Amino acid sequence: MAKHATPLLDQLESGPWPSFVSDIKQEAASRAKNEKGIDYQIPVDACEDLLGVMELSYVHKRTHWKHGGIVGVFGYGGGVIGRYCDQPEMFPGVAHFHTIRVNQPGGKFYTTEYLRQLCDLWELRGSGLTNMHGSTGDIVFIGTTTPQLEEIFFELTHNLNQDLGGSGSNLRTPSDCIGEARCEYACYDTQALCYALTMEYQDELHRPAFPYKFKFKFDGCPNCCVASIARSDMSFIGVWKDAIKIDQKAVQAYIGGELKPNAGAHAGRDWGKFDIQKEVLDLCPTKCMWMEGGKLVIDDKECNHCMHCINVMPRALRIGDDRGLAILVGAKAPILDGAQMGSLLVPFIKVEDPYDEIKEVIENIWDWWMEEGKNRERLGELIKRQGFQKLLEVTGIDPMPQHVQEPRHNPYIFWKEEEVPGGWQRDIKEFRKYHQR
Amino acid sequence: MPEVEFKGKKFVVDEDGFIDSYANWSEDWVQYVKSQEGIDELSDEHRKVVSMLREYYEKNGIAPMVRVLSKVTGFKLKHIYELFPSGPGKGACKMAGLPKPTGCV
Repeated sequence: MAKHATPLLDQLESGPWPSFVSDIKQEAASRAKNEKGIDYQIPVDACEDLLGVMELSYVHKRTHWKHGGIVGVFGYGGGVIGRYCDQPEMFPGVAHFHTIRVNQPGGKFYTTEYLRQLCDLWELRGSGLTNMHGSTGDIVFIGTTTPQLEEIFFELTHNLNQDLGGSGSNLRTPSDCIGEARCEYACYDTQALCYALTMEYQDELHRPAFPYKFKFKFDGCPNCCVASIARSDMSFIGVWKDAIKIDQKAVQAYIGGELKPNAGAHAGRDWGKFDIQKEVLDLCPTKCMWMEGGKLVIDDKECNHCMHCINVMPRALRIGDDRGLAILVGAKAPILDGAQMGSLLVPFIKVEDPYDEIKEVIENIWDWWMEEGKNRERLGELIKRQGFQKLLEVTGIDPMPQHVQEPRHNPYIFWKEEEVPGGWQRDIKEFRKYHQR
Repeated sequence: MPEVEFKGKKFVVDEDGFIDSYANWSEDWVQYVKSQEGIDELSDEHRKVVSMLREYYEKNGIAPMVRVLSKVTGFKLKHIYELFPSGPGKGACKMAGLPKPTGCV
């Protein structure tokens, strides 16, 4: 018999999608039974009390967590999100219900052995509930008490060789698309770069030193499977510089119907026979493709690497061999001054271990933003406030047409004094000699 | 809110051990936080950080940004963590009696 009646939550156990309510109930039952004889370090009924407080929130249509919470482990300024229930007498199992962010591996590849170790630790010292994964990428342990934080951190680091993720005004946990691990579109090794930069900037990740949060994300190509352009202050998107590689025989196989367009992604509906003209050539945003004597031709200097043709005919078209990435900056959610996506800063940069060129761009941006950024001002807002031109100056990048979608239409153009003959120091008397009052 | 007793003195604190009111701060509070925050010996450098935080808070009504704290005290962030293992927010601000840091922490 459950500790609290949950008639509203119970309705979420029906339907085909995996029910989080059923899963939490299952964990609650498993803890109550305790077949492995675990000496639970936080209340055994934490899961039941969580369901209880959630049911109450469903009734009240309001949250029942108190404001904020500052907890953590010694040496770090982040990694743990403190949380306390505002009805601790009613739900003592979740009076403390802190969340721990654990840094995930690149591409989120796991072995069961590793996950079992994590689960054994969390079963003993936490609620047994997780989020796989937080939107930033972390493995999220949901719900434990303050005294367990150092215990969990000790075991994570000493037994699992595993560190915490980031929280607060610092570099948050970087994350990446699956990259070269199993995608033929990857223009660089996203996991290698993500890992290298995560390790390089451990200090910035664990000890908040920034005006506000800062995120890295690494996408292997412009398909952006980790959505770096929308969800990271600095977005690294793979791209190539030379020609798309065309296998004309495979093009014919698509036209002939032996190969399914988009690798069969639209097989759930009859869209008719594949029509290369309609589905590829006419949809190319720069119209730089055509058929010539039964052969596909691409004018690569006009290609903007949108990925459409490659996505439609992955067996026939491949990314070029001269590969690198583009860096876009400033993406953020709406608060305070409106949502932003990344703006192109570096159109192409080689990706070569130890990534010195990339680190230079990062560190130049940090130097500027750490000095000039206001309290809780994201990079994207600083760029709006001080101007894209300023960003180019601090990164030492020359302005180029690729930096804009279109030129400005207002004439409020600032000039530097040294660019204007005679400068700004003018004498009104000199002017009056030629212009009477 | 819970009450803690330290060497005969009573303080009202929240769950995270932050003091209920800036006005209730005292030397005993400093000693209490020292016992909680993994600090063995209080040095002049600890005092300097605490008094800077208090001065800044009294003048501006908010805690300084980390960069400002570093600049004014001359202590690099790394050194601040050596002084206050939980960092400037959870460690130093707590000892200085400032309100609990908020936001997306």
